Amino acid sequence: MNVADLIDLLLQHSPALIVAVPLLGAFITPLISRLNDKVRNIFVILTLGLTASLVFLLASDVFTGNIHTYIFGSQDLALPVVRILFEVDAMSAFMAIISVILSLVAVIYSWSFMKENTGLDKYYTLILLMTAGMLGMELTGDLFNFFVFLEITSISSAALVAFWTNKAKSVEAGFKYIVISTIGALFILFSVAMFYGQYNALNMAMIASAIQYTFLDKIALVLLIAALAMKAGVVPMHMWLPDAYGKAPSSVTLILVGTTQASLYGVFRVCFTIYGGAINLSSISVGWILVILGIITMLLGVAMAIIQTDFKRLIAFGAVAEIGYMLLGIGTGLVVMLNPEMTATGLAAMKGGIFHIMNDALDVGLLFLVAGAIYYATKETSLNKLGGLARNMKYTTVFFIIGLLAVSGMPPMNGFASKLLIYESTYQLNPILSIIAILSSIMLLAVFVKVFHSAFLGPALPKFENVKEVPKSMLIAMGAIATIIIIFGLFPELIINNIVEPAANALVNYGGYVREVIPSFTGGV
Amino acid sequence: MFALEPLLETFQTGSGFWNPIIWVVAIIVAFLIAVILRGFGNKEYKKKTGQTQSFLSGNPEYEKEQMHIKSSNIYWGFTESLKWVFDSLKKMHTGNVSDYALWFVIVMAILFIVLIMGENLVGAI
Amino acid sequence: MIFNIPFIAVAALILIGLYAVIFKRNLIKMVIGITLIESGVNLFLITLGYREGSIAPIYTSSPGGIMALPVPQALTLTSIVIGVAVLALMLSLVIHIYRHYGTLDVRKMGGPEE
Repeated sequence: MNVADLIDLLLQHSPALIVAVPLLGAFITPLISRLNDKVRNIFVILTLGLTASLVFLLASDVFTGNIHTYIFGSQDLALPVVRILFEVDAMSAFMAIISVILSLVAVIYSWSFMKENTGLDKYYTLILLMTAGMLGMELTGDLFNFFVFLEITSISSAALVAFWTNKAKSVEAGFKYIVISTIGALFILFSVAMFYGQYNALNMAMIASAIQYTFLDKIALVLLIAALAMKAGVVPMHMWLPDAYGKAPSSVTLILVGTTQASLYGVFRVCFTIYGGAINLSSISVGWILVILGIITMLLGVAMAIIQTDFKRLIAFGAVAEIGYMLLGIGTGLVVMLNPEMTATGLAAMKGGIFHIMNDALDVGLLFLVAGAIYYATKETSLNKLGGLARNMKYTTVFFIIGLLAVSGMPPMNGFASKLLIYESTYQLNPILSIIAILSSIMLLAVFVKVFHSAFLGPALPKFENVKEVPKSMLIAMGAIATIIIIFGLFPELIINNIVEPAANALVNYGGYVREVIPSFTGGV
Repeated sequence: MFALEPLLETFQTGSGFWNPIIWVVAIIVAFLIAVILRGFGNKEYKKKTGQTQSFLSGNPEYEKEQMHIKSSNIYWGFTESLKWVFDSLKKMHTGNVSDYALWFVIVMAILFIVLIMGENLVGAI
Repeated sequence: MIFNIPFIAVAALILIGLYAVIFKRNLIKMVIGITLIESGVNLFLITLGYREGSIAPIYTSSPGGIMALPVPQALTLTSIVIGVAVLALMLSLVIHIYRHYGTLDVRKMGGPEE
């Protein structure tokens, strides 16, 4: 068969292959690592490269408007609950692109960063498991399957957060992370059980077509939003996030950013798709709840970030503040969804929020990689003991400047493009929201300028005489992300028209999502 | 390979527009003007005399460790004047995992009250 | 089902488990609290599949009659396996914490950074 047939075959089976390839790679990695360390590293990078190419292949087809489904089980769609369905629409493909880019960069970074540690075969196995779990969470169309992949991701990431078992704080951070994750996941399972009891269906599309907004549905909505928001780091349930992000190895923190955003994707999938037909029946707007949670998250994240003295904890609080922007943008879209005069505003807000998901993953990821590079070179984590490093580590300084400008929303980086969309569209809803968003952007700039001064500027300290630049693989990883940030910043229109707008349309148009599974569904936007 | 036109488009938000290429060109022009103005200055200086030592208004220069401002002391004025905000925030972040679960239950209760009881009240009105 | 006792038991288990996680200071008691929450949710899943006067859903040599729903039983099996994995991970982390701090009191651990 020729190449076109092969590509069609891969495209047809890609939702299953995208989850199966890292999973199989995770099980083969301990065997290969008995041979040689370099062979194992190359094998992991090749596995993730294959997964990345499959994701890009699937995304290039999904962004033109087709929704791909993949059925594990009985093909006859009339029988209920005897299959698991993977349903990939544009929003799922968008999140899958983010996850796989973060995993690939993290593995390239950890080639040199983790070289002197022992137990690296377990490290790479857990990273591949975490990637498989994240991709499964984003591609699935079945609620119980979502819960299973959520647990796979949280177990493997808790073990990776506690990877440096010789440090007391790392193990404690891993314990806190697994306790909080498990409580959240058990409440998600409780809501899934409530859905099953009422509608005899576990499939997201079937529940969306049959939902009436009964009292039990309202309880399930509250539980799902609270538990998934806790996993996504929304204030005031965010306190596990600085502990877990701050004490994990830096390459693991990069993938942890991806998992928190996959949980945020879960919130949006619940609010827009499963409750799509029923949100109109509620007189209390769920959108306003998301907007208020976003505002509190932004303010508190930035306020806590100013007084921190530990490098990675500070960046973690900055990451918490950025989650507020995403909630603000998409919450605004949910609020104005019913108002026919403001649909342009709503669509612009949703595009800003969704574009900000990708920008935030890249920006905050680059800052964490720089923090890891400084830890690798100087073995110091506290900002009080650093100073004058720009003379020794030139490339790292340039990458930190790019990350600083991008996170605080300065032109011409990609942060400015998405934040401009959020500022202008939330201004139409209520001017105070826009003012608070701009204020916290300015405070984020203040926070990171403080870090830049303490760590990089200043006189050359005598104890850092022998500090050299970090090895090449870490520079390649940081350079890859910086290049993507600059490209997204210089050509935002290209990205927004081709990648972000299909995702925003797919999220609002829940009727199309349901019609893939139940062709006779009427209703929906 | 692909058309130049989509690369140079401005993107429209609902109420404005933003074109990064024009911004970059403007910054490069401003940078060139700054470099040309710098070139009009005096290029010569004597090394190793008083012209290259740092001047601290006549104060003596201590060793490097003490001269660098530590990160806890930057923004001292800001954090000191808003001390009530930052102290209550620091007390909230205890590090105790039971408190994290307590915040989860509190947020769940507040959402419950807002969504469910609020709906009954609004429906009654 | 007499007076909906299984549903009351589910609510009681989850509330006692949350009480143990929030108000107890010993780490092992917190882990036991999480296990209680998980048992409550599993009981809820199985109770949803019960029909009045039904028997176990096994086809070989069954005496006939209504069968209870088998799907929630499959979901519960998956959840129990996940719970075992999480419990093993939490207990091994507690062992590491004890070796570092010498105490299992959670209030002595949230101190300032090292």
